[in-house]
Amino acid sequence: MLLIHCPYCEEERPELEFRHAGEAHIARPTDMAAMSDEDFEKFFFIRSNPKGVIYERWRHVHGCARFFNAVRDTVTDKFVMTYKAGEPQPKKLPGAGK
Amino acid sequence: MMQSFRIPGAGRLTPAKTMRFTFDGQSFTGVAGDTLASALLANGVHLVGRSFKYHRPRGILSVGAEEPNALVDIERDAARKTPNVRATVQELYDGLAATSQNRWPSLSFDAGAVNDLASPLFSAGFYYKTFMWPKAAWKSFYEPKIRAAAGLGVAPDQPDPDHYSARFAHCEVLVLGGGAAGIAAALAAAETGVRVILCDEQAEFGGALRFEAGAKIDGADGWAWAQTAIAKLSAMDNVRLLPRTTAFGYYAQNFVGLAERLTDHLASPDANAPRERLWQIRAKRVILAAGAIERHMVFADNDRPGVMLASAARAYLNHYGVAIGRNVGVYTANDSAYAAAIDLKKAGVDIAAIVDLRDNPSGPLVEEARALGIEINHGRAVIRTGGRLRISSMSVQPKNGGGERKIAVDALLMSAGWTPSVHLFSQSRGKVAFDEETKRFLPGIYAQDCISVGACNGTDGLAASVEEAYAAGAKAAKDAGGKAAKAAKPKVEASENWSRGMLGAAPGAGPDKIVKAFVDFQNDVTAKDIRLAVHEGMRSIEHVKRFTTNGMATDQGKTSNMHGLAIAADTLDKNIPEVGLTTFRAPYTPVTFGAIVGHARGALFDPTRKTAMHGWAEAHGAVFEDVGQWKRTWYFPKPGEDMHAAVNRECRTVRQSAGLFDASTLGKIEVVGPDAATFMELLYTNPWQKLDAGRCRYGVMLREDGFIYDDGVVGRLAPDRFHVTTTTGGAARVMNHMEDYLQTEFPHLNVWLTSISEQWAVIAVQGPKSRDIIAPLVKGIDLSDEAMPHMSVREGRICGVPTRLFRMSFTGDRGFEVNVPADYGQAVWEALWTEGQKHGACAYGTEAMHVLRAEKGYIIVGQDTDGTVTPADAGLDWAIGKKKTDFVGIRGLTRPDLVAAGRKQLVGLRTNDPKIVLDEGAQIVADPKQAIPMKMIGHVTSSYWSENCGRSIALGLLTDGRARMGETLHVPMPDRTIEVEVTGPVFFDEKGERLNG
Repeated sequence: MLLIHCPYCEEERPELEFRHAGEAHIARPTDMAAMSDEDFEKFFFIRSNPKGVIYERWRHVHGCARFFNAVRDTVTDKFVMTYKAGEPQPKKLPGAGK
Repeated sequence: MMQSFRIPGAGRLTPAKTMRFTFDGQSFTGVAGDTLASALLANGVHLVGRSFKYHRPRGILSVGAEEPNALVDIERDAARKTPNVRATVQELYDGLAATSQNRWPSLSFDAGAVNDLASPLFSAGFYYKTFMWPKAAWKSFYEPKIRAAAGLGVAPDQPDPDHYSARFAHCEVLVLGGGAAGIAAALAAAETGVRVILCDEQAEFGGALRFEAGAKIDGADGWAWAQTAIAKLSAMDNVRLLPRTTAFGYYAQNFVGLAERLTDHLASPDANAPRERLWQIRAKRVILAAGAIERHMVFADNDRPGVMLASAARAYLNHYGVAIGRNVGVYTANDSAYAAAIDLKKAGVDIAAIVDLRDNPSGPLVEEARALGIEINHGRAVIRTGGRLRISSMSVQPKNGGGERKIAVDALLMSAGWTPSVHLFSQSRGKVAFDEETKRFLPGIYAQDCISVGACNGTDGLAASVEEAYAAGAKAAKDAGGKAAKAAKPKVEASENWSRGMLGAAPGAGPDKIVKAFVDFQNDVTAKDIRLAVHEGMRSIEHVKRFTTNGMATDQGKTSNMHGLAIAADTLDKNIPEVGLTTFRAPYTPVTFGAIVGHARGALFDPTRKTAMHGWAEAHGAVFEDVGQWKRTWYFPKPGEDMHAAVNRECRTVRQSAGLFDASTLGKIEVVGPDAATFMELLYTNPWQKLDAGRCRYGVMLREDGFIYDDGVVGRLAPDRFHVTTTTGGAARVMNHMEDYLQTEFPHLNVWLTSISEQWAVIAVQGPKSRDIIAPLVKGIDLSDEAMPHMSVREGRICGVPTRLFRMSFTGDRGFEVNVPADYGQAVWEALWTEGQKHGACAYGTEAMHVLRAEKGYIIVGQDTDGTVTPADAGLDWAIGKKKTDFVGIRGLTRPDLVAAGRKQLVGLRTNDPKIVLDEGAQIVADPKQAIPMKMIGHVTSSYWSENCGRSIALGLLTDGRARMGETLHVPMPDRTIEVEVTGPVFFDEKGERLNG
């Protein structure tokens, strides 16, 4: 069972308290109604499925109930970092770029 | 019966503490501290089981958890029957009753042994080759026969009466394995003051010191040192010792699963004591001190009872005081077996001969054996054994061929060397590396904060192991925040050193011979099977494993994996690492379902949710149905009524007078804040800005793809306050959906969401008399049609308690939904019931509710929709705010497939024969005479007998349904084809006059 650091509670809590909520940084356009079919397909259906680093949304559903973002490695299952919803996608990851 | 193989003065048990036990009905005695295996051996019993496939007689191979042969059934009572218990780990208790498995009619004469003669039929992959056809015979014939013949124990047929406990624990240093290395690591870590947990699968700590007679630590015999060290650790507040506890699984972030066995060793366990306890431990650092497991020699007929691992024989002697025979042979490729021979010889057991594959074995152990007058045959192999239910001889031959000599023995010790136990390391996702020099897989790259020490790390010798473990313990504690260790490091003054050994088949299991040289005892896999797998094209060890089932038994190949791998590599003419190692998976040894399940069974398996009025309903004979975790009233039968009679009466009564219905399970969410209306506009298709306070609206919620997600009536209590209702099943996900959008897409909106599902009890009062029923109890609300029209909400009091009173209807008749704080739910219900009685009202359940709403064509999300239905499909496009520029799902609704022709639409279906009630889920076709498979153009979603319509009614989703009004279609069923007419979905009061009736 993973330990996940909730950026709102500012502590590590067991995975049982959290729920995965899909890929992160897919912003809902403000002009939804005007989207082309192709753009809607990308927005709603197409998700990345990388071997390695993925940006995800999680919810501390049995804790503070906040949604937040996480960087996780799909190979090791390890959480690289977590950050609050609305914060920009981190360019530099801890431990990377050495 | 005498324990004639118990040697006076040998071992550590107290002979006076005798215990009785039975094996296959025969009575024996053992002594306290025995395992079932040691007690059987003390009585000269080696034959304990029959093998899996060939039903060959099998004896006790080992002294520990790796045991592949000695699997027995332990029965305490009819319900407490545990199959497949390893006799080597089952501690003896007074009155223990064990039976052998996989034999019929008896252990010494097993009819299934005919399989051994027919073994050419049962070579590797025989399942795949033999039972190919006819296909239908697999289920009815082959599988049952194979299962009956090739089996292990029999599962108990009664529920497990024991209970199991579970604990979470945290520590800085978790030490897995309580041998010399584990104890040394725990000592070092404990001194620093951090929390330490030390576990071991055995009843007593000490590991290999149990048999290693030559060990001396801190001036004491190795075993005595271990017990002193454990006593010291157990006196420390920061140390938790867990004997009889197996670390079975190593999960992410140093999360380790431990199974602690609490009562299996007791004669009469306290009925209230848990049988086992599951520990889920999160450790800052883990020290793996799992030791090593001795391998057997792979040669012909190496599986006869009496053939045993050398270290096991040594432990039976040095710990349990049991000689495994009177005239013992030894077959080895490794020094450690010499130590066993020496110990046995010194205890007065004859050693017939040591057969050593090595050409010129040397070293102190070899010299000592020689000095004791033991015959040593080096450069020779045991090519076969004799005997039937017990070994009687071994045949020895120079390893490169030559004259054969038969030596009489009553037991044979074997050792091919030691395999480091890297199971838990591997489970932690660490990568093992093959050490060419020693031909062992050792911990290579670590994936977690753990470290391997001692034999499981390939460290040879007690002194080096203890040194390494102590240092690792101190470092782990320091890394986890402990102080520097102060205690004196244990000093190993004497230890034994063992050289390497061998992997794979020994001479005598040669490729040309039709012999059974067992690699995997538990699954009856021979060296020949593995070669055959390679010859038949298996290249990867993963394929060889599955084809032969080598290492796939419950022992997970603890003794067999390396041999199997070496034989496959040899046959492929490849190096071992090129062939690969199979993955180690949890559990390390079998774990009971009880330990995993813990308290989560029966009533505690899943929460049961009951409404505030549950007690009243129960007292009034309600039949309940499960809706998710909720218990909902299904119907209220009167004496003599079946379900149909009750539901028909309830439906009739509601429309004639009124009915009370418990609607408390509906999801309820309060949406509050200055931007509440804006938020509602975004989450629902409907317009909300212009809805007046005090009015209600039926809301439709979509997902972004345009499909219906949920629905419900929403009341606007104030400009900034909405009381939203959801479906019963949708309550939690709708709340999650709303929170998701509020927190991540619309965080600029000043809105607060609160789940109020459990705070408000809801009593639906529906029917022409509904207003008359509630009126005497309501204060402060004008109930007239002018003041409070259909679809409005008021706050006031009922029975003196606050209420949110909705005028709404899910029946099509005049109706109210009385929301009161849940604590008052039953009291208000009872008051309404008393009033209702005056008007001939009834209580009705979910079944009548379903019928009544279907009569009106009101859909139920999840029944009449299935996640692919749009508002237009369901005839709800009126609920979409046409002027709105955004809401969740707005773009999805215009997707090409959602606006294309030919979509399934909600329709009503009338059977031509009004008495026939269609089956929900039944398919609809246009032409019943067409060839099968027919073109299905729709399906029935809801179908009931409608007492009020005097006929059956149904709703369905039908391709181009609204263009098919009046058409006759067909519903083919197994026994007949039913004609239906397509109609509108409203069957009762089409004009809707009864809402104010």
